Amino acid sequence: MEPVMAVVVGILFAASIYMMLRRSIVKLVIGLILLSNAANLLIFTIGGMVRGLPPLIAEGDKLPAGGWADPLPQALILTAIVISFGVLAFAVVLIHRAYEVVQEDDLNKMRSTDT
Amino acid sequence: MLLAVLSGFILCALAPWLTRSLGDRAGWLLAILPAGLFAYFLGWIPEVIETGAVTLQYPWIPGLDINLSFLVDGLSLLFALLISGIGTFIIIYAGGYLHGDPYLPRFYAIMFAFTAAMLGVVLSDNLLTLFVFWELTSITSYLLIGYHHEDKEARWCALQGLFVTVAGGLALLAGLLMLAVAAGGEYTLSGILASDGLQEYPFYTAMVLAILAGTFTKSAQVPFHFWLPNAMAAPTPVSAFLHSATMVKAGVYLMARLNPALGGTELWFYMLGIFGAVTMFTGSFMALRSTGIKAMLAYSTIMALGTLTMLIGIGTEAAIVAAMAFLLAHALYKAALFMLAGVLDHETGTKDITRMGGLRRAMPITFVTACVAALSLAGLPPLFGFIAKELMFEATLHGGALTTFTTVLALLSAIMIMAVAAIFALRPFIGARTETPKSPHEGPLSMLIGPVVLAALSLVFGVAAFIPEAALLQAAVTAVHGRPVDFHLYLWHGVNVPLLLSAIAIVIGLLAFRFWDAVLAGFRRMPFIDRLGPERGYERLMDGLVWLAEWQTRVLQNGYMSNYIITLVLTTVALTGWTLFVHTGTAIPLGDINVRIYEWFTVGLILAGALFATITGSRLTAVAALGMAGFGVALVFVEFSAPDLGTTQIMVETLTVILLVLVLYRLPAFVNFSSPGTRLRDALIAASFGGLMTLLILVVHDINVAEPISDQLVQWSYPEGHGRNIVNVILVDFRALDTLGEIFVVGLAAIGVYAMIQLRAEDRRQ
Repeated sequence: MEPVMAVVVGILFAASIYMMLRRSIVKLVIGLILLSNAANLLIFTIGGMVRGLPPLIAEGDKLPAGGWADPLPQALILTAIVISFGVLAFAVVLIHRAYEVVQEDDLNKMRSTDT
Repeated sequence: MLLAVLSGFILCALAPWLTRSLGDRAGWLLAILPAGLFAYFLGWIPEVIETGAVTLQYPWIPGLDINLSFLVDGLSLLFALLISGIGTFIIIYAGGYLHGDPYLPRFYAIMFAFTAAMLGVVLSDNLLTLFVFWELTSITSYLLIGYHHEDKEARWCALQGLFVTVAGGLALLAGLLMLAVAAGGEYTLSGILASDGLQEYPFYTAMVLAILAGTFTKSAQVPFHFWLPNAMAAPTPVSAFLHSATMVKAGVYLMARLNPALGGTELWFYMLGIFGAVTMFTGSFMALRSTGIKAMLAYSTIMALGTLTMLIGIGTEAAIVAAMAFLLAHALYKAALFMLAGVLDHETGTKDITRMGGLRRAMPITFVTACVAALSLAGLPPLFGFIAKELMFEATLHGGALTTFTTVLALLSAIMIMAVAAIFALRPFIGARTETPKSPHEGPLSMLIGPVVLAALSLVFGVAAFIPEAALLQAAVTAVHGRPVDFHLYLWHGVNVPLLLSAIAIVIGLLAFRFWDAVLAGFRRMPFIDRLGPERGYERLMDGLVWLAEWQTRVLQNGYMSNYIITLVLTTVALTGWTLFVHTGTAIPLGDINVRIYEWFTVGLILAGALFATITGSRLTAVAALGMAGFGVALVFVEFSAPDLGTTQIMVETLTVILLVLVLYRLPAFVNFSSPGTRLRDALIAASFGGLMTLLILVVHDINVAEPISDQLVQWSYPEGHGRNIVNVILVDFRALDTLGEIFVVGLAAIGVYAMIQLRAEDRRQ
């Protein structure tokens, strides 16, 4: 599965960079979302992909029965998902605010700090 | 000793407060500290004479093997006494000179920090602490020179001094590190001085040049001398201190200190001999050209620094004796002269010596003191300066390959300095009384005590030369030369060549003084000299730096978002790609494809979502497509043993879609701003980045740098963390601080969002 996921991640990254290079401010947001998805999948893929072995311990056992998927990347990704949502919410509101103030959604026209 | 060196820093914190509460008399009280230090260092003399050198150690950063260790021998003691002794008078003097100045508290604070740093330089045994103190003197002297910070000129001068000395300081650091390596990892001066064979070190030349770059810039040797006259922007007490016993003498100190370890080679001899002699000549020449009373003295300092460097370079026994005597003589008369210049400036309101005249009646004490100090500068008997100058001629006359060169330059300098000294001592005081901006009268006691005592010392040491000789110079010469030298200082050496040279210098110098106006007029007809100086080079360099900074800001920070992203992406692709290529070449492992049929469906979902979001022209379609891709990612998580991730992803994805629909709806519809060419370029850049990431994953999969820690975490999970969901245990237990940080980030984002929504509500109300 990893080679396929590698290609998927590559395409996600390419799509996100392409969107972030657009001048429309909304497309920048879409690029950001794609970027966080791409990064999460990147970590997940590199951590190794196994089917049907969630890192859970059954009642009475001390270890997951029959092996486990690496829990550490999962923990990192969980953190990353939540943080990227926080950043996204902030970015979206910020962009909306910026649009309200300058009435402009072309990034190339937002070049100076004074409005 | 630790307290002695650091007490200045402690008082630095207290000085502003003391000055504010004591008012005008603060100077007298604060002077107790340097005076106490002076007495303390005097107490060291018997021990140093007896044992030669004492080292003291206090652990500072034991982990890095850095000690605050101090080396007390004749050389460091001579310097410490000069710093604390002259410092005492400077502190008293400043109270009178800067009387009523609103920044006086700040002045004292910096002054004490500077004094402490200077003591640190001359007493440090560890190379690294020496360097730290060295840089501290640069920084504090920057603050002192720029004391009149509201004056643009003063700021510029201060910055120039800082740049030149700190640039030299960088070279010095490299040189000192090489020195430590050459001495076999020995970071103490005492250890380095005891080790042999430094001259055979393969990088000896580079090492010496780096160290000399530091000492030449600090001690204002040609071609770095230009910063010193500009440092006169400082208030006079600072100039008096910087020029006589501190700052510029730090370079001389280090050269003298390292002379036994590095000296004795042709490189050392020629570098110091030639640069020193040229500096000596340049300094005296420029001094004679000046009419500003402080400029004159500043250039004569350059002359003295050049002389000292030259003498250390010549390095014979006679030369070292001459250097130490000259050092002492110069510190005494230069501090006195600068303080007197301050008195003149303070009481008459002008710095231009051609505008002063006939002041002897109004300022008799100043007049007499100026005469005594200037006699020492000129090198006339029976002052100590005379002994020093005779010794200097003696040394240059036996200067090996540089005998003729140094003797001729020394004679020319002596002639010009004779004239300068006569101008300084006589011009303002004799002749007809001229109108000055302020009506002149004698300076206050606080401003005269320093010059009077120092000038008197010049006289006493001249008549009774055995006092400084026995007390200090013997030990100092031993330290600089590396072994004891048998010498005695006399005022009268009999009729010999040095005496003859002195006589020539005095006669021609007095003639030059007699016809000074004509000489000055002659110099004025040569304006090209002003354009000749290396200061032009400094200005060009600074302009060039500013231009470069502007250029790169224009290019890199041009305000276009896409430009920043392109720069980042291409840099990453180039550097990472290159590393990847070097590491693995072109053989990319493909691995096991093994995909189940419904997994293809998930992959298709993600890809279709991403592509639709990219190419669609409708905002709502884009949001829906994003949601599709996001849920696809969640499916991947669920399928590959990450149920927690799956549920989180689904919740976050749902929220994201709602948020986007709510907000994007208020934003304008998509417009295509860019041309097809730009889009193609962006697509290529994006594709290169995506391709790089794909390759990275494929390659990284086969690399195991270290043993994974996950297995350990799994085994601890239940026994230690009491949790059955291992991912959760990691989040709230093993990596709890991480999670706390995450909570902060989300909390901050929430506050930010809330604040912006509030802002909008306020706008609307208005």
